Amino acid sequence: MTISLDVAFIIKAIIILLIFAITLLIATYSTYAERKVAAFMQDRIGPNRAGPLGLLQPIADAVKMFFKEDFIPAQSSKWLFILGPCLSMLTALMTSAVIPFGDSIQYSSAPGKVWDVAVQAIDVNIGVLYVFGLVSLGVYGVMVGGWASNNKFSLLGAIRAASQNISYEISMGLAIIAILMMTGSLSIRHIVEQQHGGNWNIFYQPIGFIIFITCAFAECNRTPFDLPECETELIGGYHTEYSSMKLGFYLFAEYINMFVSSAMISSLYFGGYNYPGMDWVQAQLTGAMGEIAGHNVATLIGTIVFFGKSLFFVFFYMWVRWTLPRFRYDQLMNLGWKGLIPLAMINIILTGGAILFLKPLVMSFLK
Amino acid sequence: MDFSNFFSHLTPATSFFYVLSFLTILCGLMVILAKNPIHSVLYLIATFFCLSGHYILLNAQFLAAVNIIVYAGAIMVLFLFVIMFLNLREEDEESKTNLVKIAATVVGGTLGVILVGVLRKAQFGTYNPYVFDSQAGMVESLGNVLYNDYLLPFELASVLFLIAMIGAVMLGRREAGDRHF
Repeated sequence: MTISLDVAFIIKAIIILLIFAITLLIATYSTYAERKVAAFMQDRIGPNRAGPLGLLQPIADAVKMFFKEDFIPAQSSKWLFILGPCLSMLTALMTSAVIPFGDSIQYSSAPGKVWDVAVQAIDVNIGVLYVFGLVSLGVYGVMVGGWASNNKFSLLGAIRAASQNISYEISMGLAIIAILMMTGSLSIRHIVEQQHGGNWNIFYQPIGFIIFITCAFAECNRTPFDLPECETELIGGYHTEYSSMKLGFYLFAEYINMFVSSAMISSLYFGGYNYPGMDWVQAQLTGAMGEIAGHNVATLIGTIVFFGKSLFFVFFYMWVRWTLPRFRYDQLMNLGWKGLIPLAMINIILTGGAILFLKPLVMSFLK
Repeated sequence: MDFSNFFSHLTPATSFFYVLSFLTILCGLMVILAKNPIHSVLYLIATFFCLSGHYILLNAQFLAAVNIIVYAGAIMVLFLFVIMFLNLREEDEESKTNLVKIAATVVGGTLGVILVGVLRKAQFGTYNPYVFDSQAGMVESLGNVLYNDYLLPFELASVLFLIAMIGAVMLGRREAGDRHF
């Protein structure tokens, strides 16, 4: 049996490794950015000791995490205690597989034969459902870890996390359904391609976007919805008993989730790698550099735009965290069940009505 | 049976199938063999994952994803939730008397005999490679079948779900003047 390595395979492998590395890198530097943003909001300086501008702070933090004592409580169930942070990391890292980070890389193996490799780990036709499934699994890490700690505060945190995730998943799913009704596809790549030319979904789905981003905050356990680790009531919530890199994994998973959900928001509502005037840029580049090189450079620009959009939403997460106070738990549940779910259902009905009646009307008017 | 021959004829898909099947059966057994109910639930989740793997092998991606979302993502979270609250211990084993154990053995054994009797001469369906459609499990074809051929049963099932949901809300509702907890 021989293993044949073709160029498409190598390009794909590089893309997958890059996506993985960049996700980790952005999550690492989000911890630094969070502290800098917090400092800026509170008129402080923030970390500035390790390296220029404190840029080596995340590395110093990681070293500190690794060298701390790794403590496992005596009455805990040991394997589940270890499994908790692993599950959190696993589900967080798996999600970025279906997100289209750019258009495609082209290369020609023989004259006249051009291959197209999408800048995306896998393009499955159930991409949205894949992300949704992993989001719903993300709570297991918190639940297992919180229960295995054998601590009442951890258990309360775990149970809060579970009920919060289940409640907000529903309205998140309903908000996505409105998008699916418009695009008619479950593949995230198709959804992004249909927003080409300024047709961003945010203009058609403003209510859906607000519902989705609220739910994303709740699913990532970010302030104002960080009730599972509410330190004024629960010490540290589900990670009270954790120390060393296991705690680091829980915190790190939160930042990965933040980045991935920002990438989801920008690809579902803000056109993904599309930007105004991209056709003109591509035409100029192909004119100047030839068909294939021009296409690749245009793809690269699109990818940079995509990261710009995603990083803006990462910043938005931080902005909100240092602006809004934490909700009370009954307020959280009321907002989820009595506010967002009815709103999401109304949004679905409005979208359906618009597709059935408004769209033909506008189309006939435009002709 | 010549096992060396058996292994040399495995295609990647069939070897995946055997590994997955082994894992599925192992996890399924561990669900009933594990002493701790939390461990049982976690093994059950692993079983659902293995089943989703089987769906993916059959190119039914939609079913695989929905299986994960509905069973592993929603129902099992609630199972885990309830069991965490109950905090069952191994002392609760005492509630199983000998009579219960004997009755369980008899019933389980009878069911096993019936299954063997039914499946002993069963004809295994084979697929016809000429008319086999590998895209049958995709969302589009599933949607077409559901909304064209099975529209009425589908709608009836949704009404059933709605009734179950309203029933659950009615049962869980607090009347005016009831205690909070």
